[in-house]
Order: sequence, then C-alpha cells, then structure tokens
Amino acid sequence: MAKNLFLNPKVFAADVEQIPTRNGYGDGLVELGKEDERVVVLTGDLAESTRAHLFQKAYPKRFFECGVAEQNMMGVAAGLALSGKIPFVSSYAVFVPGRNWDQFRVSVCYTKANVKVAGAHAGISVGPDGATHQALEDLAITRVLPNLTVVVPCDYQETKKATKALANMKGPAYFRFAREKTPVITTEKTPFKLGEAIVMREGKDVTIAACGPLVHQALVAAEMLKKQKISCEVVNCHTLKPFDEATLVKSVKKTNACVTVEEHQIIGGLAGAVSETLGRNFPAPIENVGMPNSFGESGEPNELLEKYGMTAKHIMKAVQKVLKRK
Amino acid sequence: MAGRVNLSEKDLALKANEIRQDVITALVEAKSGHSAGPLGMADIFTALYFKLLNVDPKKPDLPNRDRVVLSNAHICPVLYATLAQRGFCSRTDFLKNLRKLGHPFQGHSNNHFDIGIETCGGPLGQGLSQAVGMALAARMDGAKWHTYALMSDGELDEGQSWEAIMMAGKERLRNLTAIVDRNNIQIDGFTEDIMPLEPLADKWKAFNWHVIDIDGHNIEQFIDAVNEAKAIYEKPTVILAHTIPGKGVSFMEKHFEWHGKPPNKEEAEQALQELRTLRGRIKSEHE
Repeated sequence: MAKNLFLNPKVFAADVEQIPTRNGYGDGLVELGKEDERVVVLTGDLAESTRAHLFQKAYPKRFFECGVAEQNMMGVAAGLALSGKIPFVSSYAVFVPGRNWDQFRVSVCYTKANVKVAGAHAGISVGPDGATHQALEDLAITRVLPNLTVVVPCDYQETKKATKALANMKGPAYFRFAREKTPVITTEKTPFKLGEAIVMREGKDVTIAACGPLVHQALVAAEMLKKQKISCEVVNCHTLKPFDEATLVKSVKKTNACVTVEEHQIIGGLAGAVSETLGRNFPAPIENVGMPNSFGESGEPNELLEKYGMTAKHIMKAVQKVLKRK
Repeated sequence: MAGRVNLSEKDLALKANEIRQDVITALVEAKSGHSAGPLGMADIFTALYFKLLNVDPKKPDLPNRDRVVLSNAHICPVLYATLAQRGFCSRTDFLKNLRKLGHPFQGHSNNHFDIGIETCGGPLGQGLSQAVGMALAARMDGAKWHTYALMSDGELDEGQSWEAIMMAGKERLRNLTAIVDRNNIQIDGFTEDIMPLEPLADKWKAFNWHVIDIDGHNIEQFIDAVNEAKAIYEKPTVILAHTIPGKGVSFMEKHFEWHGKPPNKEEAEQALQELRTLRGRIKSEHE
C-alpha cells in the first residue's frame, strides 16, 4: 500500500470497520453547519435516508423540506445559491439528477449557482428496492454538464471530506453515496483534494482505476493478484470531473494497461472518462468492470454485485484479460 | 439613477411606448425572436423598472436590490429594452446586437453579463422555483428586498410551476410576487384550446396565494396591485395580468402566430409607424 496516505491498516481484515458512505454526508453537513452559516440543506421527503435529518435536527431554520417535488427543489436551491447561500440538495440519485436534469442543467449549471447536489442510494447495491431505485446512469448524465464538478467518494471518511471540500469550492457539484455499509478504506489523516486522484497502491503491470466503495474490491483484487505475481497499481479516481488526467496517464504509461471499476453503467461514467483520457493521451488496452448495459433487479447487494460482475473476482478476471492484450 | 425612479403616469406610458419601439427595432435587426410577448409586457416592465423596483444601474449587484426572475425568458427583448432604457447597458448596443454572437442579449436571458439580470431562463417552468429560493434567502437574512417572478400563462402547463406554487404557499412567502402574463396564447394556439387553465384564479387561491386580477396595460392598476401584494401578510401574491399579445401593433395583437417570429422590414416599418402615432396620442391625451 502507498505510504503517506494513512490508509486504514485493517483494510484487508475480515472485521474491517464498515459504515455507509451516506453517513459521511450527514456528519459532514453537521460540521459544516457549525462552520458556515451560509450552508442550507434541502430534501424531497428523504431526510433520514439521505442522513440530511442530522442537519435538520441541529439547524432546523436552515433546513427546507420540499416534498416529493424534485424539479422545484433544484430550482429553489438555485435561487438560494444566487442569493448567497450554499445549498445541499439531498435525495436519491435516481431522482436527483434523474427527475430534474433540465433544472440541474439550466437553473444550476448554466447560471453557475453554488449548489451541491447529493445523490444517495446510488449503484446496484441499494438492492431489494429493484431496478427503478438503482442509480446506474447518474454519472453519465452529470459528467456531461458544463461547469459541474462530479465526485464519487470511496468510503465514509472520504465522503465527509468531500462534503466539506465541495462547500468550500465555488460552483455547482454533484456527488453520490451508497446505502449499504461499506469498508472504511481511508482515515481522517488521508489526504483528499478535489480533482486529484489518489494512487492507493503502486504497481507496474496494470492500472486499476476505481471509484466509490468498489475501490475496496479493487484493493482486494490487487492483493490477491500479488500472489499470482501480478503487480497492480490502484488509483482512486474520486473526482470524475474535472478528471485527473495527469495521474491516470502517468500510471498507464508505466503499466500499459487499465481496468476501470465502478458501480455504474460502463457507458458514460468512469469507464468513459478513462477511455476518453487514454484515447487522447496514451492509447492502451482497457477492460471495464461495471453495469453491462442493463437494468438491475431486486436482490441482496452481494448477490447483485456477483450477478452483474462487480466483485474482486471479476476485477481479477478483467486484469488477466487486459494483460493478454498488452 | 440609483434606487427607485418615479415617473408620472404620462411619462410611464411614453416610456412603455419607447420600449415597444426598441423591441421592434431590435427584433427586425436580429431576424429571429419573439414579438407578441415582449410587446404585451412592455407596460409592466416599464412600471417595474421606472417606478417600483429598488435597483441601481451603476451597481447591478447592489445587495439589497429587488430581484426580478424572468421565467418565460423568450420575452427577454422587453427585459433588455427596459434595462437599456434604465441605463444598465447601452441602448444602441441592444438595438444592433440582439441574439448576436458574443453579446449579452442572448436568445434567452442569462446572468453571465453584468447588466442586471439575476438568472438564466429558457426551458419553461423554472423561474418561480428560483424566485422561491431567493425569497427564502431574503427571509432568512431578514432582508427587505422583494422578489418578482415574471411568468407566462402557457408555462403553467409545466408541473414544476405548480410544485413551486405549492411550496411558496407552504412557506407563506409574503416577500414574493408572481406576475403572470395572461395573454391566452402559446405556440400552438390559444391556452384554453391547448391545455385549459381556467379557473386560473381559483387554482392559485387553492394553493394559498393571494390573487389579484388586473388589466396588464393599465399601469396604475398594476402599481396598485404590487402595493397590495406587499401589504398582504403571510401569503405570496400572484398578479394575473390580462394582456394583449402584440399590444400596440394592430396586425400582431391577439394573433398567436406572432408568438415566436420577428417582423420583417416592411412589417417593422408599419409597426413603428403605428407606435409613433400612438405616442402622439399619449402625449395629447395627457395635455
């Protein structure tokens, strides 16, 4: 593992601490509320499950319940931001930006309103609720918007840091969280800077570019591949936009092969960002781990990740495949 | 001039007439754009910017300025013409450069240029939500400024409009006034044929708004309505301004075909001649 990153020493242990990334959002908001009076929080009837209720409890006068009306909520956030507030819009990623993409585009991104949009319950691991509630397209439809910063934090700590970093950055942003408990990979001391990918593990044979909680699976895969004498470099690409091209290109120039890992459609998300970057700068073989152009279905998170091919085992297969193409 | 200006009734009518002429001149030069809406709303824009609003052309970002959100941003020629007449930007620049590359006078109004425009519009139904956010921010800060949302009747087809109407009612936003251009037309025809809105006043009332119906070309009525809106406690107000699309130009009045097209040179000449005749009449009526 890379030094100076102060990663969780128990990251590979069976009893590694697990916390949902959305809790990092809730806890980050409460800290922000204390630090900056301009911070306000909105939700569309999803206060508790997005963890926005923690802010609501602490700062009720700066909390707005907008009801099940996501289009209006995005516009209200824009108006608050254009009047000097720093609004955090809290909903599920399937609804926000799913139901209010035009409002996101015009009222927020085009006006450059300082709105932060939080999409909870992202990815297939939301599980039993089924396909309608599994956000697997949100990164594709946000990454394409001008003026927007897009972040996919990998664990509780990184989500908390991202929440605070986005409040301190001027301009529109989108970030997404998972519902389930996921391993805590980083610690309070781990550095985090928007737009700067983190090389979590150095290697020479292949680059694994990952984002979100699946970064853990990428690290596990890399650890197992070590036993097969395959050396993997694992890059945590937490900021999809602006994408840290330099870190990725530097890594792939060394490894000459890349595997992308994300809980999102292979089209348009991290795989898109990586392919575009390497295509322009350093063409190399790429394999993708992600949702294979399909809707999900009901099931337990682990069953779904297994069925649709997003586990450490699938990452290992993708690595072996890409190495043959070198 | 900073703060409010205070034109007489006659001067307001003359100013609205000038603004209508500027709209026609700019549209014929632009060769595309919307005619009916801007002409229909000229009286209301004049009353806002030359009587009611606290704004400063020298300081477009004055912190305590009143906020105007233009939701049906396709009628922006009347906003530009009014801002230019009020001194926020160059009038000759506007007359020449509507919808032209690199100029502030975009096809739909946006906030990228420092000429006193608060936000971006275009896709209908988005403005009132933004205005609700602004009014909430003002209330949180204990600020005295007022937010005005200008909307079309056609955009009340949008579900988002009603989401915003619902939330403003819930929040009892007395510092918010919506002004609906009730001109009865939209692109494909008359509103009551496309998607009936009536009973419109009752709908707003049911969402806990105070409703005032006015003749949108009677500047005095409009000023009274705004003052009433500000006096109403614990409720947002909507002013349903009944206007004539294309007002002031005989061949454009009440024709939905003029919603989305500009006059050609001959038509513009006739329109300007009619408006100049009207100007003479306004002058003599007040003498």
